[in-house]
Amino acid sequence: MRVLCAMSGGVDSSVAAIELLEAGHEVVGVTMRLWGGESDTGCCSIADVDDARRVAQHLGIDHVVFNFTDDFDRHVVDPYVAAHAAGITPNPCIECNRRLKFDRLLERADLLGFDAVATGHHARIVTVDGSLHVARGADAAKDQSYVVHMLDQVALTRTLFPVGHLTKAEVRAKAAAAGVRTAAKPDSQDVCFITHTGGRESFLGSRIPFRSGTVVDTDGTVVGSVESVELVTVGQRRGLGLPGGGPKRYVVEVDVERAVVVVGDEAAQLADVVELGGLVWAAGPVQGEVLVQCSAHGETRRAVLEGDRIRFSEPQRRVAPGQSVVLYDTTDAIVLGGGVAVRRATSSAHR
Amino acid sequence: MSGELVYLDHAASTPMRREAVEAMLPFLDQQFANPSGSHRFARQARAALDGARDVVAAAVGCDAGDVVFTGGGTEADNTAVMGAVARHGGLAVCSAAEHHAVLHAVEQVGGVVIGVDAVGRIDRDQLEQVLTRAAAGGTPPVTVVSVMAVNNEVGSINDIAAVSALVRRLAPGALVHTDAVQAPSWVDVRELTPHVDLLSLSGHKFGGPKGIGVLVVRRPDAVAPLLVGGGQERERRSGTQNVAGAVALAEALRCTDLERDDEVERLAALRDRLVDALRAGVPGLHETVPPHDKVAGSAHVCIPGVENEALLFLLDEGGVCASAASACAAGAMEPSHVLSAMGVPGELARGALRLTLGHSTTPHDVDRAAEVIVAAVERIRRFASRPGQASGASR
Repeated sequence: MRVLCAMSGGVDSSVAAIELLEAGHEVVGVTMRLWGGESDTGCCSIADVDDARRVAQHLGIDHVVFNFTDDFDRHVVDPYVAAHAAGITPNPCIECNRRLKFDRLLERADLLGFDAVATGHHARIVTVDGSLHVARGADAAKDQSYVVHMLDQVALTRTLFPVGHLTKAEVRAKAAAAGVRTAAKPDSQDVCFITHTGGRESFLGSRIPFRSGTVVDTDGTVVGSVESVELVTVGQRRGLGLPGGGPKRYVVEVDVERAVVVVGDEAAQLADVVELGGLVWAAGPVQGEVLVQCSAHGETRRAVLEGDRIRFSEPQRRVAPGQSVVLYDTTDAIVLGGGVAVRRATSSAHR
Repeated sequence: MSGELVYLDHAASTPMRREAVEAMLPFLDQQFANPSGSHRFARQARAALDGARDVVAAAVGCDAGDVVFTGGGTEADNTAVMGAVARHGGLAVCSAAEHHAVLHAVEQVGGVVIGVDAVGRIDRDQLEQVLTRAAAGGTPPVTVVSVMAVNNEVGSINDIAAVSALVRRLAPGALVHTDAVQAPSWVDVRELTPHVDLLSLSGHKFGGPKGIGVLVVRRPDAVAPLLVGGGQERERRSGTQNVAGAVALAEALRCTDLERDDEVERLAALRDRLVDALRAGVPGLHETVPPHDKVAGSAHVCIPGVENEALLFLLDEGGVCASAASACAAGAMEPSHVLSAMGVPGELARGALRLTLGHSTTPHDVDRAAEVIVAAVERIRRFASRPGQASGASR
């Protein structure tokens, strides 16, 4: 096949290219320029693009750079800012995968005559009952099926995860054996457009006005205050201006319009139901028993899917609105679909 | 993948002329000495450097003593702008369509950027306003006005004589600089020189090597040097001279100057043939600058409904080397500041394609390029109109 391999300049995508070549594919490497603003690694992460290009040279494949900064701003950064302004905690990396890697890039690859797009995600693609599904990667600790859960049949037929069957240690060993310069490069962790020095506060502060807010107990008693409601996340415990001592308090609700943050005790922050929006399915809608993962490396929880609503078998800590909720089969092997937690989940504990 | 290659990116870099390669070889090998030395080898190198200076001066129409060899066009431009402000203070002024080597230098010294017309020429009314305001004391005095002779992206030609006349009238103390990096293949530089105090050239744009350029400095003490040290180039640019580069640049410039009239005629015909073929094969094609406003080798077009990043990929695959705007440090296509300054709508600018011809271009090249471009545009447009072509991630 002719494969366009997304190369970020990291070790996983370097090895993805190696795996593709070993499998006999014709490979072109591409680095997407996504963020044009300030970042920890310099303007548009030039050092990372350099690494990707040098790896491609080493492997003897062509390397190109696509400038998708406009799409990234429109589909990832702007919605991220808008979500915070609305008191929602978005997951920009998932939106980036959805809109850039598996939408924009697949479309571009199609146009340019490629049969598939490959990335270095730790996930696999398997066929179950005649349908393709994202499955967990071989390395449980590095599994990224959560962040690529949105792929449907059309996308899955044209996507490859060449390192999904390898552990991270195997990936690094393979990179070292091939002599690529990224073999020992540290993993990237954070949101690429948020710098360590400025952080989320500085990024958002230059884009939206922050509003100070009142912190109230579940019975409405004012117990503290926050400088910026837009930076408060459901589940948060610190930075709420609460007096020390006493029982632990958690944010259970953020109401940006009224500039009110509701806190409650351990019991109040539990909920047994999450309402989902924007559900997508790998092979068609499912109902009934599922396993649910609510953050990138969170634990899976048993639940029942009833329409657009998840009911946990026992109450769980609240899922912040805006977070992706990914549904796995009951053996925790394959992704069935996923959605985004919407605000004001009803909860027996808080009713 | 075609084995045949067509190179239509001469404005980015044109292949070295054989004469220039041969001229420089002895200075990479036998005649290696530092021209500032006092022994016989040094004297040979010095003689070659002075000879190169004479050749450049003759082709440019200046005194040999005005020729300062630099490390390239960017250094020449930076020296003109930043060196003028470093020496005299005051305000630097340039057009919005300048090469980044001028534009970023002017921005760095807090200068003023003037708008351009629809083909990329400086707006002289606006320049007049800025000069008048400065003359009246509304801003610091204008120190240097930098306007390119030929635009590197779209090929349009500025009327340097008219710009200069305006500056001389309203700001008699100001220096006039022209970035003539794209000029020598198409314009007789001798016609520019009398109107300016500073003029930049770059070797590899006319068949010389990379890493060598010229700043013509026609007023003593016009600029402070950017590089200090050994005081070479009459203390206007320190650093051991690149003798081989200077000799090759001079030879390339001499040949370019001799052949210019014939080449302009030949390449204008090929350029028109290329644009005609594109117009016939690509409905909606927009010729960015009409032929009479631009140099013979430039065929800049905008293709509606086409993203040039995808187009360039397909052209590369088809063996046609072309470009769009300038690339950023990471190698990604940047939206063109030139087209934006000209008021070309963003949607059209996304389909910008720069095809630039040069001394090695043949009739076969332009015919082949037109064929590949038409096929690539057809493919992209067919794809865009395909129902349900979007992939499955975000429907």
